[in-house]
Amino acid sequence: MSAIEKQRHIIDFMLSSLWRRKGKNLSLVVVYTFVIFLLASIMFFSHAIKKEAGLILKDAPEIMVQRLVAGRQSFIPDSYADAIRKIKGVQSVSPRLWGYYYDGQNGANYTLMANDDLRDWPGDILIGKGVTLRRATATDNTIIKKNDSIPFKTYDGAYLMLKVKGILPAASALVTSDLVLVSESDFRKIFSIATDHATDLVLQVGNGKELSTIAAKITQLYPDTRPILRTEILRTYDAVFDWRAGVIIVILSGAFFAFIILAWDKATGLSAEEKREIGILKAIGWETSDILLMKFWEGAALSLSAFLMGILAAYLHIFLTASALFAPVLKGWSVLYPDFRLTPFVSPYEIAILFFLTVIPYTVATIAPSWRSATIDPDSVMRT
Amino acid sequence: MMQRKSDIFFIYLLAGMLLAGVMVIHAGVRRHLDIPLLNQRAEIVRVLGLTDLCLFTEARYTRHPSMADMGTPFQDHPMALEHFPSGAIMPVPPHLIQRTPK
Amino acid sequence: MIHLQNIHKVFNAGRPNEFAAIRGVNLTIDSLKATALKGPSGSGKTTLLSILGCMARPTSGRITLKEREITSLPERFLTDIRRKTFGFMFQQFHLIKGITAIENVMIPAYPDGEKHSVLKKRAIGLLDLLNLSHKASAKVEWLSGGEAQRIAIARALINDPDIIIADEPTAHLDTHLSGEFMEIMSRLKAQGKTLLIASHDPIVYLSDVIDRIVDMRDGMICPVDAP
Repeated sequence: MSAIEKQRHIIDFMLSSLWRRKGKNLSLVVVYTFVIFLLASIMFFSHAIKKEAGLILKDAPEIMVQRLVAGRQSFIPDSYADAIRKIKGVQSVSPRLWGYYYDGQNGANYTLMANDDLRDWPGDILIGKGVTLRRATATDNTIIKKNDSIPFKTYDGAYLMLKVKGILPAASALVTSDLVLVSESDFRKIFSIATDHATDLVLQVGNGKELSTIAAKITQLYPDTRPILRTEILRTYDAVFDWRAGVIIVILSGAFFAFIILAWDKATGLSAEEKREIGILKAIGWETSDILLMKFWEGAALSLSAFLMGILAAYLHIFLTASALFAPVLKGWSVLYPDFRLTPFVSPYEIAILFFLTVIPYTVATIAPSWRSATIDPDSVMRT
Repeated sequence: MMQRKSDIFFIYLLAGMLLAGVMVIHAGVRRHLDIPLLNQRAEIVRVLGLTDLCLFTEARYTRHPSMADMGTPFQDHPMALEHFPSGAIMPVPPHLIQRTPK
Repeated sequence: MIHLQNIHKVFNAGRPNEFAAIRGVNLTIDSLKATALKGPSGSGKTTLLSILGCMARPTSGRITLKEREITSLPERFLTDIRRKTFGFMFQQFHLIKGITAIENVMIPAYPDGEKHSVLKKRAIGLLDLLNLSHKASAKVEWLSGGEAQRIAIARALINDPDIIIADEPTAHLDTHLSGEFMEIMSRLKAQGKTLLIASHDPIVYLSDVIDRIVDMRDGMICPVDAP
């Protein structure tokens, strides 16, 4: 006589009961698992990227100053830099030169950045891993190697051949994949930017707490500028893959509705056959609490199986196959994209939330409608 | 009826939990092994003065979302609809939605 | 063993379809004896049976089981007593479809949390006694009428109850199987069980096994004619 044996008996019966309608119950588990898989995949991916962004960008520039003209980013004159340098708390102001270069031959967009270290090496460039995949000609599939040259079309239609001095480490692809680092003189040859203008300014500030005060002073000084703080850069990546993002809402709604349909089947009550069976069980000596226990185990068995399988599949998907199923969406129209091999940062808190939002409601949806039937009189089967 | 059904079920659940345990250990090991990689990336960000992850290279405002302004998605014309898939994944950076002036 | 005092049972009280199934029944069931409840349909046999077996509560009156008053016991105690004291056989058998015969036999004992191997052994023993052990793993839908009847008997016996209650047990059986059924009943009585059978089948109520016939009509017991 033991409580555990009793539970095992009840589970035995519940499993026999489920197995009778194995087609229906198996497809239920499959759909449920798939819903969990989708939700958990999004959750894992989003959390891993956010965590990684937070770690990688922690030393990003403290303040960036942009200039906006007619609502669009425009070039910032050196005179602004001189004045900003004088603001109390600002340790240094460096002009940054960067822009986007569209490679007509393969349709890729590169981020071109002028780099001080290449000042003494005009004609040389450092490229990111993604850029090496550029083909020499339409029929050539070899990747770019060190000492190869890449033609860059300049603003006046000419071609500038630049030699690859080095390739940035492949492990840094998540931040450098599309980068092309050039010397300042080459940058200005490709894009016609006046020598006294830059794309934006990078500020180094002594005291991290003064960032907002300094930013306020900058906007006061030059109302057409927009300072961007490191905290804002980091917050940008906190919001990535947020549930409000378009594609994510679509997936979540789909998963949500699939789940509702699943639970609906249970929540709309028992079939006549199920009611009859409960009547028999009561007649032969099961109590109301035994019936409800059985229903609880039914909901829990299906939920737990689906949840475990869904989570494991999602982990495999995101961290072992580099989000194979999401890849087409993530790549979009990009010709150049990073390798989405993420470090497995998993939040137990988020997994717990997913558990409470799926397993618990489903189990309740299985028990609650049975309440009525579970409380019928034991002699009801005799009266029919 | 060799094995009791509830036994099979418990074995199955146990196997699931074990795999979950393996998953947790795997994650921990990978995280540990990736530390030098993450440090290397952080170092490059610092040295080159980078501001964004290179996730999407289709559009300016998804390549450098922290640098983008509210106007860039409508660069083609004011009523332009979003036509880059990554725009549907990368939401507007929070600092652009703030109403308080800096 | 069971003592009913002025039992009334009314269904749908207060509503237009109010119906008095039992109207003032006083009855004592003696242990170790076999009692037959006889009467036409609508006489209240089934209702009386369910009240005797603690499956239904009377609208008024008192019930005593083995010297203990059980009229107003809460459900969980009543169910516990019922499970241990009574074994039921229904007119329609009411076996659970889609699962095996032996599982059907074991189900009434599940809530007691007995060790599985012990329970299974007992169930197989019962099937042996009824010559059905070769059908233990068969699904109940595949059993013949007589085999299903015997599974129902085995199920009623799994908790080793003192009292067996059967509601129209021979309704779906031919003469030969009905005779077999009464033979099984006679064996059970010899083992010390009390039997309570409701039937309008003469093979049952005229059998030697039966010690006493209780006539029912219109929810009341008919006075006994002098033998």
